[in-house]
Amino acid sequence: MTKASTLIRVRDLEHTYLLGTPLEVKSLHGVSLDVSAGSTVGIVGPTGSGKSTLLQHLNGLFRPQKGEVHVLGASLSDPAVNLREIRRRVGLVFQNPEDQLFEQFAGDDAAFGPRALGLSQDEVRARVRWAMEAVGLPFEYKDRLTAELSQGERRRLALAGVLALQPQVLVLDEPTAGLDPQGRHNLLHRLASWAAQGSRAIVLATHNMEDIARLATYLYVMVRGRIVLHGPPREVFQNADVLLENALAEPVAVQVMQQLRQRGFPVRTDVLTPDEALQQIEALFDV
Amino acid sequence: MTEAAQPLIRAEGLYYTYVGGTREPVAALRGIDLCLLPGEYVAIVGANGSGKSTLLRHLNALLLPTSGQVWVYYWNTRDAAHLRSIRSTVGMVFQVPDAQIVASTVEEDVAFGPENLGVPCSELRSRVQEALDCVGLGGLEQRASHLLSAGQKQRLAIAAALAMRPRCILLDEATALLDPLGRSQVLSTMQTLSRQGLAVVTVTHDMLEAALAQRVIVLHEGQIALQGDPHSVFSQEALLLELGLEVPAPTHMAHALARRVPAFSGLPLTVSELVQAVASALPSDRRLPQCRTVS
Repeated sequence: MTKASTLIRVRDLEHTYLLGTPLEVKSLHGVSLDVSAGSTVGIVGPTGSGKSTLLQHLNGLFRPQKGEVHVLGASLSDPAVNLREIRRRVGLVFQNPEDQLFEQFAGDDAAFGPRALGLSQDEVRARVRWAMEAVGLPFEYKDRLTAELSQGERRRLALAGVLALQPQVLVLDEPTAGLDPQGRHNLLHRLASWAAQGSRAIVLATHNMEDIARLATYLYVMVRGRIVLHGPPREVFQNADVLLENALAEPVAVQVMQQLRQRGFPVRTDVLTPDEALQQIEALFDV
Repeated sequence: MTEAAQPLIRAEGLYYTYVGGTREPVAALRGIDLCLLPGEYVAIVGANGSGKSTLLRHLNALLLPTSGQVWVYYWNTRDAAHLRSIRSTVGMVFQVPDAQIVASTVEEDVAFGPENLGVPCSELRSRVQEALDCVGLGGLEQRASHLLSAGQKQRLAIAAALAMRPRCILLDEATALLDPLGRSQVLSTMQTLSRQGLAVVTVTHDMLEAALAQRVIVLHEGQIALQGDPHSVFSQEALLLELGLEVPAPTHMAHALARRVPAFSGLPLTVSELVQAVASALPSDRRLPQCRTVS
C-alpha cells in the first residue's frame, strides 16, 4: 500500500533502451525513489547517468519494463491506468523547454494546456494569469510575441504553460540553466513557495548544486543507472569523495568549510548555504 | 598604433534593432564600443535580455549591425566578400552540445570544416590532431561522437572550431548544460587556449566562471554598464545586484564577512582565495590542537 503522503513511489525500476535488439543499452539498474507530499526531491548525477530516463517514468512517458512505478496511487504497470490524467497531474518540464514554445503569442502558449482540457474562457484566463505570475512574468506579457521574449522569459513562459495545468507534482530537468542570477533566485523562490502549498511536490534533476542546496529537501545521487547515495542534502554533501569520483561537486559553502577544516580550523562542514557557512566563520573570529 | 596593440575585433557605435511583428522595434544593442586585443580572455555577463548573445553574434558576422560598424582585423562584417575570412578567424561554440556535432566520429567532426575549405589531406591530419590534443581529446579520434559525454562534446565543438585555425573563439553559455566535471574540463580548455595566445570571449551566467577571465564586460539593456578586471568588477556587489547579477559566492561571503569582522579584508574570487584570506586573518590558536602538531 502506498502511504497517503507518498505521491510517487519507484521500486527496483529497470529500463533498457532498444530492448531485445543487439544494440540494447541498460539505462536504469534497479532504481528506488520516494516523493512525499510537501517535499522537493533533487536528483543529481553526471551526464548519462539515467536521470532523464527516470524522470520520463514519473509521468508515464515510459512504462516500467521491470520494477514498479506508483504515481498518485496508480500503478503504471496497469494497462488500464489513465495516462492522460497522470500527465495532467504530473507536469514534466524538459531541459530547454523554451525550444518547445509554438504559439505566436505568449498568452496562447500558456493557455494551450488549459484550453485542451476544455475549460471555460474565464477559467483559462484565470489559470494563465496565476501561472504567469507564479513564474514572475507580468500578465501583460500574454500579448507579446513568443519569438521576442528573452531566453529567460521564454523559459518561464514554458514553465507557466505546465503550471497552468495545475499539476500536483512538477518534474523539472535543469530548470535554471541559462537563467541570469536574479532570474535563477526568483524561480527557485517561486518554486519553493509553490511546493509549500497543498499536497504538492517537486522533482528536480540538475547539475547545479547551489540550486539543490537551496531547494531540495531530499537528494538522490545517481551514477550509471543506480542510486549511489541518498538522504537530506546536508548529509549527502558530506560524501565529497563519492561526489568527486562521479563528476560532481559540493556547493561552494561546503567546499569552503571543508578547506577550512583541512587547514585545522574547528568548523562544521554540514552547511548548505553561504549564510550558514558565514555563521561558522564568524564564530571563529568571535572566540 | 604598434603592431601588438592592433585590435583583433573592434565594434564602434554598434546598434542592433529588430522589428518584432506587431510591436514596437526592440533595441537589443544601444551603442556598444568594444575593442578586443589578440589573445584577450573576456567574459560577457548580464541579465537575460541584456544583449549578450546578440553582441556575441555580431563578432563573427552572424548578425550585422543596424547602425555602427564591426571589424575583424580590417574586414568590415558588412562586407560579404570577407565573410569566409571572418568566420574562419572567429569561431563560435554554442550551448547545446548535441546541436553542433555534424559527423559520426570525433576526427571526422573536427575535419569537417577545414575539409570543406579544401585543406590538403596531410595538413588536414595535423590540424585535426593538433585541435584534439589542445582540448584533451587526443586518443579518441575514432570514437563515435554521440557516445561522448556532454563535456567531451563541448570540447569536440571547440576542437572543430580550432581546426579552422581561428584567432578567437566565442562561447555562448557553452558550460551551462554540463555536469561539474564537464564544466571544469571546458573551463580549463578555455584557459589553455588563452595561454596559447587565442582570444576567448565567453558569455556566461556563472560568476565564478567569469572571474577566470582577464576582463569582465557587464551588459545592461544593450549597453556596457561596467567593465574591467574581475577584481574591480566584482568589488561592486551593490551595482551588480541592481543589474540582476551577483558576485561569485566566495566574494559575496567575503563582503559579508568584512562588514561584520573588522580583522577580515581582501577580495577573494575563488573558494581557495577565500579560505586563504580567512586563514591569514585568524590567529593560529584558532586551529584544532591535533592539527597544529601535525603541521
